Amino acid sequence: MTFALELLDISRRFGNVVALRDAQLQVRAGTVHAVLGENGAGKTTLMRVAFGLVAPDSGRILRAGRQLTIRNPTDALQAGIGMVHQHFTLVPAMTVAENVALGMAGRFSARQARDRVIELGERTGLPVAPDDRVEVLPVGAQQRVEILKAVARDVEVLVLDEPTAVLAPDEVEELLAWIRRFATGTRAVVLITHKLREALSVADDVTVLRAGRTVYQSAAAATTQDMLVTAMLGSTPGNTSAPPAQAPPDSPVVLQLRGVNVRAATGPGLHDVSFSARAGELLGIAAVEGSGQAELLRVLAGRLHAESGTVQRPQECAFIAEDRHRDGAVLDFTLVENVALRGLGSARGLLDWGALERRTTALMGTFDVRAPGAATPIGALSGGNQQKLILARELEPLPSVVVAENPTRGLDVQATSEVHRRLRAAAAAGAAVVVYSSDVDEVLDLASRVVVMHNGRLLEVPNDRVTVGRAMLGASS
Amino acid sequence: MTGAALVALVVLLLCGLLAVSGYDVGKALTALARGAAGSPTIFASSTLVRATPLLLCGLAVALAFRAGIVNIGADGQLLAGATAATALALAFPRAPALLGVPLVLAGGALAGVLCAMVPAWLRRRFGVLEVITTIMMNFVVLYLVGYLVRGPLQEPSGINPQSATLSEAYRLPFVVPGTRLHAGFLIGGLLAVALAWYLRRTAGGFRIRVIGANPNAAAVAGQVNVPVTATRVFLASGALAGLAGAVEVTGVTMALYENLSPGYGFSAIAVALLANLNPLGVILSATFLGALTAGAAAMQREAGVPSVLVSVIEAAVILGVLASRVVIARRARLRSAL
Repeated sequence: MTFALELLDISRRFGNVVALRDAQLQVRAGTVHAVLGENGAGKTTLMRVAFGLVAPDSGRILRAGRQLTIRNPTDALQAGIGMVHQHFTLVPAMTVAENVALGMAGRFSARQARDRVIELGERTGLPVAPDDRVEVLPVGAQQRVEILKAVARDVEVLVLDEPTAVLAPDEVEELLAWIRRFATGTRAVVLITHKLREALSVADDVTVLRAGRTVYQSAAAATTQDMLVTAMLGSTPGNTSAPPAQAPPDSPVVLQLRGVNVRAATGPGLHDVSFSARAGELLGIAAVEGSGQAELLRVLAGRLHAESGTVQRPQECAFIAEDRHRDGAVLDFTLVENVALRGLGSARGLLDWGALERRTTALMGTFDVRAPGAATPIGALSGGNQQKLILARELEPLPSVVVAENPTRGLDVQATSEVHRRLRAAAAAGAAVVVYSSDVDEVLDLASRVVVMHNGRLLEVPNDRVTVGRAMLGASS
Repeated sequence: MTGAALVALVVLLLCGLLAVSGYDVGKALTALARGAAGSPTIFASSTLVRATPLLLCGLAVALAFRAGIVNIGADGQLLAGATAATALALAFPRAPALLGVPLVLAGGALAGVLCAMVPAWLRRRFGVLEVITTIMMNFVVLYLVGYLVRGPLQEPSGINPQSATLSEAYRLPFVVPGTRLHAGFLIGGLLAVALAWYLRRTAGGFRIRVIGANPNAAAVAGQVNVPVTATRVFLASGALAGLAGAVEVTGVTMALYENLSPGYGFSAIAVALLANLNPLGVILSATFLGALTAGAAAMQREAGVPSVLVSVIEAAVILGVLASRVVIARRARLRSAL
């Protein structure tokens, strides 16, 4: 058996985080190989190792049986390994032909570049107009340009990172059919995905990563969706933390969406989403990235308007945004000024900075924010302390609804458990708390009720790891 | 870098430039100092009078920059204000001073608002960069004034490309007897104090600072309506620059002509940056640049040094401030990386 590409015993740490530990991937020539795993399982990191974007701490890379060292993408391309990233790396203002020619050696000739795109398009079955500027092309066509860029360099092993995430259903069919045609002879395609059906329908072999390890390798024909779900999620660890808060059954509904639709620039947006939450309930949202949960959370928190449907929500809602540097805080401003952000949009008249400073100092005490003083710029604090201040601002005084988006992202263990404790306390104090986390276990651990977002639609599912996992991945039941 | 350090840098740069160009540094600087502040009267009549439009436009620019709006169109807005003030004053020649002066000042501010409205709307509706639109509006207004002073607003004899002289009732009162210092400087000073207070103490002012510092956090964490706030600030900035034009007409020129502004709106960028966008600092930096301009005129007369030297200094100030920001940002990144 000949392997087009082998990654053996690859390990890589980022600081304290082990992204890959002895990960394996063996791609046979003439096949499509699907690499699956949850968010953060190490799929993308592993392929970045193959493409020379990440240097492994240890491990070997073999291309067609010969060991090589790949220091950068140029080495990878020379070895016939190409990668199409999830976020395209095109120059929007340049034409298709110019984008394909970019990075090639020698003189640039507009006519030759043009002819090459036409010739390549015909040979590979990826038609694109060479003179169109990339920025005017639809996403599907931009993706074809990305693939053409790789093919133009005579790539034999093509790595596609979540290629179908941005495509419409018929475009997906087209791309998958093309992938099948491409992967013949000495060529191969590595398809990074978290869509089970897609993986099983197009791939010859599958590899599943979990927490940086290869936990499953087999032929697709011998694999079922259930086997993949089990491999991706692992066996459920015993849950030792406090039992999730249960809302009393007669508590009032404080948050309700009916038939809400939102169009989004990227991703699926929201389709006909109905949702309700009761006071005192801790509700979890599970989803793979880009399933519409960002829009759902923002509609719930009053930060985004629904295009249609009805939304019933209280005036005020605490919102803990995922990206605290971008959306949660003004880094150059002091802690006091960041506390003053709450409700600023509807504030009138004078600001009482004296009272705000006293409030900030009090919050720093109750939420254990470690900082030299209330006048310190928030940017000077550690991530955990920044998040504690944001929590303090949003939860004290407690509004009737709290929405949190990946509230523990980037935090250490202690800060994470502190955030969990605060969210549980908010629910216990009578707020409806809605939490999304990209970590399913965190959602299951915190929430008394779980809803799943998949492709812009909302599903209510039992609070059970396998069922939630299957629903997130769009597995047919 | 603090304003004081920048001023020191400016003086050093000035000496260097003079020396390199082969002028007598001592003689030139003496002329400069005498022209700017040789006596209290000279200081009031030359420096502070020249500082007045810089002060008002400097506030306009500082306010806009605080909200993250790069209003480079203060010069055009000033001209629009001057035009409106002139047109109003000529339309009602017999108005009593108590009514007439506030009327033309308000009219000037309103013209500045109208002039800022076009780029403000383009920014809000289509996301067009205001850097470009405000610069282009400067030319639109400049050529419009060129047409007006040769057409509808030309003085009755039809010889000179300028408007008729306004009636004395429209003259801004002088505040120091025996000098040409008019009430415009006081208006600017009061507005600077009011603006500083507004930005510091009120919710509306804090909203402006937040949308300038991080519009995403303003919208998400603060639930501030960023487009509405930004548009209001843009229009207020236009009002301040428009007022500067009305003040210049009623305080100094008493007529409209094309070269009314020797680029006050552009010098205002240096004024605002030198003051670190602090309205109170703008009073000082406007006075400083006013002194330089006044002194440069004297330096040209007495030492033969071209007064365009001031433009070099202004450009150096802008570059200095921008460069120091880069350094500060880099230091902050280093700190947070540790």
